[in-house]
Amino acid sequence: MLGLPADLRAQQAGGGTLVIGSTQVPRHFNGAVQSGIATALPSTQIFASPLRFDENWKPQPYLAKSWEVAPDGLSITLKLVDDAVFHDGKPVTSEDVAFSIMTIKANHPFKTMLAAVDMVETPDPKTAVIKLSHPHPALLLAMSPALMPILPKHVYGDGQDVKSHPANLKPVGSGPYKLAEYKQGEYYTLEKFDKFFIPGRPKLDKIVVRLISDPNALMVSAERGEVHAVPFVTGVRDIDRLQKSKNIVVTDKGFAGLGALNWLAFNTKKKPLDDVRVRQAIAYAANRDFIVNKLMGGKAMPSTGPIAPGSPLEEKNVQLYKLDIAKANKLLDEAGLKPDGNGVRATLTIDYLPGSDEQQRNVAEYMRSALKRVGLNLEVRAAPDFPTWAQRVSNFDFDLTMDSVYNWADPVIGVDRTYLTSNIRKGIIWSNTQQYSNPKVDEILGKAAVETSPEKRKALYSEFQKIVVDEVPVFFINAVPFHNAFANGLGGLPTTIWGVVSPLDELHWVTPPKT
Amino acid sequence: MTLLTHLFGKLANAAALLLAVLVLNFCLIHLAPGDPVQVIAGEMGGASAEVIADLRAKYGLDDSLLQQLFTYLGKVAHGDFGYSYYFNQPVLGLIGQRLPASLYLALSSLLTAVVIGTLLGVVSARRPNGLLSHVVTVLSLTGYAAPIFWTGLMLLLLFGSVWPVLPVSGMADVVNPKTGFAYVRDVATHLVLPSLTLALVFIAQYSRLARVNMIDVLSADYVRTARAKGLPERVVIFKHALRNALIPIVTVVGLQFGNLFAGAVLVETVFSWPGMGRLVFDSILRRDYPTLMAVLFFSAVMVIAANIITDLVYRLVDPRIRAGAR
Repeated sequence: MLGLPADLRAQQAGGGTLVIGSTQVPRHFNGAVQSGIATALPSTQIFASPLRFDENWKPQPYLAKSWEVAPDGLSITLKLVDDAVFHDGKPVTSEDVAFSIMTIKANHPFKTMLAAVDMVETPDPKTAVIKLSHPHPALLLAMSPALMPILPKHVYGDGQDVKSHPANLKPVGSGPYKLAEYKQGEYYTLEKFDKFFIPGRPKLDKIVVRLISDPNALMVSAERGEVHAVPFVTGVRDIDRLQKSKNIVVTDKGFAGLGALNWLAFNTKKKPLDDVRVRQAIAYAANRDFIVNKLMGGKAMPSTGPIAPGSPLEEKNVQLYKLDIAKANKLLDEAGLKPDGNGVRATLTIDYLPGSDEQQRNVAEYMRSALKRVGLNLEVRAAPDFPTWAQRVSNFDFDLTMDSVYNWADPVIGVDRTYLTSNIRKGIIWSNTQQYSNPKVDEILGKAAVETSPEKRKALYSEFQKIVVDEVPVFFINAVPFHNAFANGLGGLPTTIWGVVSPLDELHWVTPPKT
Repeated sequence: MTLLTHLFGKLANAAALLLAVLVLNFCLIHLAPGDPVQVIAGEMGGASAEVIADLRAKYGLDDSLLQQLFTYLGKVAHGDFGYSYYFNQPVLGLIGQRLPASLYLALSSLLTAVVIGTLLGVVSARRPNGLLSHVVTVLSLTGYAAPIFWTGLMLLLLFGSVWPVLPVSGMADVVNPKTGFAYVRDVATHLVLPSLTLALVFIAQYSRLARVNMIDVLSADYVRTARAKGLPERVVIFKHALRNALIPIVTVVGLQFGNLFAGAVLVETVFSWPGMGRLVFDSILRRDYPTLMAVLFFSAVMVIAANIITDLVYRLVDPRIRAGAR
């Protein structure tokens, strides 16, 4: 061994260090009580979960070596792997699974995700039986690493509030990496866990996540090879720039689970937008193809309905609202919005989510000129920061707003919230702030949530998507063009539906970088 | 008035001022639209009404504003600056982690600006209508007029991309951490770009100030006398003239301390420098009230301290002030 050059030795042993550059600062590392990608990225390395998913949305064993859904859909039995241990050496048992599921149910912001869980039985240390009050097909996806980290009961079960538990910053999990160091505002370091229960994994010795707040500095660092991976790049010019660098591979795979959509939302309770014809007219006057192909340089995928492209539940056969100015004018005439002497039918405001100019502000500005052609005057209202925008939109103080909302894999987790009448909740952002209400939609979503037959479930969601697209509480524009950049020489790239918010235990250096 | 009673009076003033700062900060921050709970809910991807209500109660945000203010002042009186909603840590700990980085940045850029600025000013004052003088004037005006983040970005592209010789982000090499002297050198290398960016704005001001004052002083009688005595030009300029020309510069250094912090917010964000400026930026975006109020409070403490120190230095540089002649 000693005689081999360093490069070759590193290759044979696997190993090496990967440096990830990210603008996302985690609040803490416990994904059981905090959603969002800033926490999910480290949490899925530190904590293992019952299942994981491949790129075809198929569940794979992880902490659970097998799982069985009862024929009545009212319970799921998990058999845990034998040799999983936490980073402190204690074995992972069904007690930990039961504790974690109940903790997530009580504390995770996605209330619908585990609402159906009544209790978790633990007949023996390696068997957990999840008892449900009604069938809950979304549960399998909810068992993904990003959504169901298994916490050690002996650490978190000490009676302290889990949301502010000190262990959230010094986490103990059973995942492939353990947290070695967190330097607030600078970086955190994840180290290979030697006793990880999958033999030969993880392949890397160390992952350093550098927190680089400025996207320009991040791009320069990637081009210089100082960071080896940049996840969640959305800027069209940044993507373009990275694609041109010959040392970097750029991929848009690994985001299907998040299902992030950019859309134009309407306040359906405010005149004249309470008239479906006005909303349809706006959809006909806005050219989705132009936005996607020109404004976003073809980097983004068009989205035509509430379920994100890439999901097996997406219904493509919906009303597309291809650009049609004549039709838009006709609909506005029918809705009684007659042009005044200056050709203006109405004056409305449009807001946008601050932070992503290419996805949000530019589209809002485009809408202003696009709608002028049909006699609608749009005033773009810029908000200086997220809280200001959220305050307006969540209090229904808006006409139109651009927005970016995530599907989170299953409609029950991330889609229903936008359309259910019961989720019209003033003051809460990303609830049904459109105030859209249709009893038929409520009924279908209710049925689909508990439908155990995959075919019937798909049919119900198809119907739902067609109705929502016809009634346009939201005009769907595009999937957020998330891309991951990786240095050449890396193998085992994360291309599953959860991408980098799933364990990076297969990622490795084929050709390690020169240091 | 002895120096001690003078200092005591200054400190009493400072205490009153800091109380006013606390109250004013509280009011201004709470006037901004949106609240931290909405941000937390937002980052959670949308939370339920129950979660929101729980969070509001937990952070005492459902109390009246006046009550929140008194609770806050009471806590601060006991040295408790609260718990960061966003970073899930006690605020004092957060500031403790960030403060050294900020001080490195502020002091190094201040030093750079004062030294280079003064030298440029002195050099250009010797021939006020010479070519060098005009070049310095134009350059300093450009440095002063350019937005700080733009200067930062240009330096970042120049030294990060076009001619990649300097690190562009962070405070130290985190992949191969250094120790001892190598660590000091590592941090110093990382400091060059942010420190230079911040210094450029101030170099301009100091060089203009030094130039004007030197021109003024160089035409004074005592300088003519010194020259007439046949003293070497170096001694005339640096010993006789500069000492008097420095007084306004010292004053400005003290006054500029606050501007330095404002500039640091932008510089730290561009170069991912882990100081208080970035903490402020992150806390504003997240309406992290406790962190924001504490950072602003400690910035005020530093600005006031800088002013008191300036006042003392002023007395040392100019004996006339010490003697009480006003």
